[in-house]
Amino acid sequence: MRLEFVLNGASVTVETRPDRRVVDLLREELDLTGVKEGCGAGECGACTILVDGESRLSCLMLAAQLQGCHVTTIEGLARNGCLHPVQEAFVEYGAVQCGFCTPGMVLSAVRLLDRNPEPTRDEIREGLSGNLCRCTGYVKIVDAVEAAARRLGPEAAK
Amino acid sequence: MLEVGVPVPRCDARAKVTGEEKYAIDHYADDLLWAGVKRAGIPHGRLVGVDVASARQLPGVHAVLTREDVRGSNRQGIMHKDQPVLAGRKVRHCGDPVALVVAEDRETLGKALDLIRVHVEPLPAVFDPEEALRSDAPSVHESGNILLQATIRAGSGEDAFEACEAVVEGAFEVPMQAHAFLETENGLAWQESDGRIVMIVSTQAPFRDRFEIAHALGIEVSAIRILAPHLGGGFGGKDGATVQCLLALAALHAGGRPVKMWWEREESFTAGYKRHPVLMRYRLGAMADGTLHALYCRLVYDTGPYAHLGGEVMALGMEHAGGPYRIPHTQIEGWCVYTNNPIGGAMRGFGVCQVSFGFERMMDRLAARLGMSRLDLRLMNAVRRGDRNCAGVTLAHSTGMVPCLEALSRHPFWVHRRGWKRRAGPFKRRGVGIAAVFNAIGYGRGLPDSAIARVELTDRGKVRVYSGVADMGQGNASAFVQIAGEILCQDAAHMELVLPDTDRTHPSGSASAGRTTYTYGNALIEACQGLRQKLLHRAALVLMLDETSGLTLLPGRVRHLPSGREVPLELLGRLFPEVDRCAMGQSIMPVTQDVPDTGREFTIGFPHALFSYAAHLACVEVDELTGRTEVLEYVAVTDGGRVVNPDGFHQQVHGGVAQGIGYALMEEVRLDEGKIGNPGLATYIIPTCLDVPDIGSIAAETVEATGPFGMKGVGEVGMNAPLPAIAGGVENAVGWSPDRSPLLAERLLERQGCYPPLKED
Repeated sequence: MRLEFVLNGASVTVETRPDRRVVDLLREELDLTGVKEGCGAGECGACTILVDGESRLSCLMLAAQLQGCHVTTIEGLARNGCLHPVQEAFVEYGAVQCGFCTPGMVLSAVRLLDRNPEPTRDEIREGLSGNLCRCTGYVKIVDAVEAAARRLGPEAAK
Repeated sequence: MLEVGVPVPRCDARAKVTGEEKYAIDHYADDLLWAGVKRAGIPHGRLVGVDVASARQLPGVHAVLTREDVRGSNRQGIMHKDQPVLAGRKVRHCGDPVALVVAEDRETLGKALDLIRVHVEPLPAVFDPEEALRSDAPSVHESGNILLQATIRAGSGEDAFEACEAVVEGAFEVPMQAHAFLETENGLAWQESDGRIVMIVSTQAPFRDRFEIAHALGIEVSAIRILAPHLGGGFGGKDGATVQCLLALAALHAGGRPVKMWWEREESFTAGYKRHPVLMRYRLGAMADGTLHALYCRLVYDTGPYAHLGGEVMALGMEHAGGPYRIPHTQIEGWCVYTNNPIGGAMRGFGVCQVSFGFERMMDRLAARLGMSRLDLRLMNAVRRGDRNCAGVTLAHSTGMVPCLEALSRHPFWVHRRGWKRRAGPFKRRGVGIAAVFNAIGYGRGLPDSAIARVELTDRGKVRVYSGVADMGQGNASAFVQIAGEILCQDAAHMELVLPDTDRTHPSGSASAGRTTYTYGNALIEACQGLRQKLLHRAALVLMLDETSGLTLLPGRVRHLPSGREVPLELLGRLFPEVDRCAMGQSIMPVTQDVPDTGREFTIGFPHALFSYAAHLACVEVDELTGRTEVLEYVAVTDGGRVVNPDGFHQQVHGGVAQGIGYALMEEVRLDEGKIGNPGLATYIIPTCLDVPDIGSIAAETVEATGPFGMKGVGEVGMNAPLPAIAGGVENAVGWSPDRSPLLAERLLERQGCYPPLKED
């Protein structure tokens, strides 16, 4: 099928089978390998992307579901080389180890702060509980999201 | 400025948060073929035939390969080569590979694998390691079922129990644990026109991989090039051949086209390595005042059908079986046994995290028997520098067990534990548990733990470190950049890093054994000192100075301090040839000179000279109605020598604790006749961020004089304490001792109604 959608701010048109997994389409056709696959079954959250602002698991989506949607992958988060505050905080607070969960974790955090700009630590934990990380023990991830919320706060108020 | 001892953001963090970092799995190529494996599916049997005819005829199938297509030894394994690349006569576990398919795309690959018919005549199998030890048990190998039997004996061994005034006993069991790294085993390989195989692979041991492939497939080591990008987790599970030999075999039959192999999550569970399940029997004897006197311990490690590092895992477990305590008389017996279960292998805590449960449960039991404080009993017996450990080896290096325990004794969680416990809500029981643990670093005697570092000033004036040790996420690559930056006085903007590549970097061993920063770091210090001398000398020439005194390196330049004149590093980079701008260094980790006359069965890796130490405390709450245990507070005090990067140090502690909490409360590979019942992340549950509390991490810094900037490895020790600390907390809460892990709610609920009234401690 001819699939048209907005990817990281730019319109794209691709010829694809409608039942192709979105994670494969993004990684293999569109070279967006920041989208990771950890389980292929919707259990780990590594393949998280934002579709029309909502966090979605790209290993459980088929290409046709993207028709006309706005899709953000981790590659589309930084603007002109400037990291998103969540990305910045992940770097600064040591929330990255192997980094394989990081793209999905960052996007889930972005969505979380979008919905709840001043989350408590418990709310952050709840909001990220669909993203598995095997390296960090999550402590520094929660620290980073808390810090990002503080930085985004004044901006959001403007 | 990159300085040792201050928190520095990891050099890989930016590329990882933007998705730019390319892991092995992110490498694709034009004209790509996909390779996959047909597996046995049954735990033990004679392989009668593999019918590949219909798979070969399927359009889009490039090759279907079986045992006959392997020209070398067809055997892989780090110490014992007993594991076939493709099974020929026999299958010994469900994940044994019997055929390899190379196809145009993943769909065709899947169809072809389904078309292969494997004819196996089932053989009686053995799944219980104790059963496997019996003379009438089915033999997994012709040589029998014992991979290694060994004894460590110190003092007068078991005879010393006669003198003991208090003796406690226990039997403990820990299950198989899965690494569950998020990037499953994978690689991309191709054959170049000159016949060389190039492989980009998720591996902890790129240099050793060449030997594995060469031996198994009958090709020259020099005809193999391995590149190891950042790994999406390893934890020991990518130490040893996973996809390597199969993928190289596929590449040899791909007509020069690139081939990708990527194990799906279920295949990773079925075929990948796992932490050994262990059965333990303990007897610990002490004097009435609590002084430890005698230990007897019997350990049975289930290594599955192949050795992998089973013998070495058990050896390390045995060396640590007495805990970080002075026990003058010990007898530690170990059996590492073949079964038809999945393959046991290296995992963070390498045999030690299993026995940590055993010896720390015994310490709690002894404290209860003697009516002593659990912490005081540990403190009075904790090893100090100069003591002999339970293997009879004199501890000649930094030994920070006492400072760790002392820090814990002052911690508010310990000081105020009684009040905290009393604040438990209705139908909740609270308890506080502690554990003292240690973990050797390095390979141990008999296998030189060595690294070769290279550092270069590039022609663009950057300092480039050539790392020979993989970074699976633990951050050693960042530590290397930090160490080189410190010595050469550069900031992050002037540093570059080359990740392991057997053509460009130098053999520096595996990313394992808490050794990477220690061993490569020492080699790197020597290399950086050499480069500094070169750069100062060349700068003196440029500045027409008679001597190098007064010259100092600064970010991007060399300055003559008396005159203020400067030479940009970029200029030195352009003026001098490469050989003039690079330096190398090498190191070998020291080994103990006090080799006890015991444990002779261990050919390599025993004993060790260097250890890291830790004392952990867990505040747990057990729900009386559901049996569920929750860890509410946690603190870890760690002696890893001097801390190079506090961020990296705490990251390692947090990660080890989280995996340890999983091991304590939820993780267990469920086996039914050798088949895994939970081969996915929906059924094999690892901790989410709702299961891990805010972990406190405190450094009890000793100085390890032989370590780079005084450091020791901390990657493993944090894994060893959570299970015993949490078990101690549960016992403290509910009054009975968990002897089997994980501490599942249903296991605690079975004992409901047996909870005695809360005791003060």
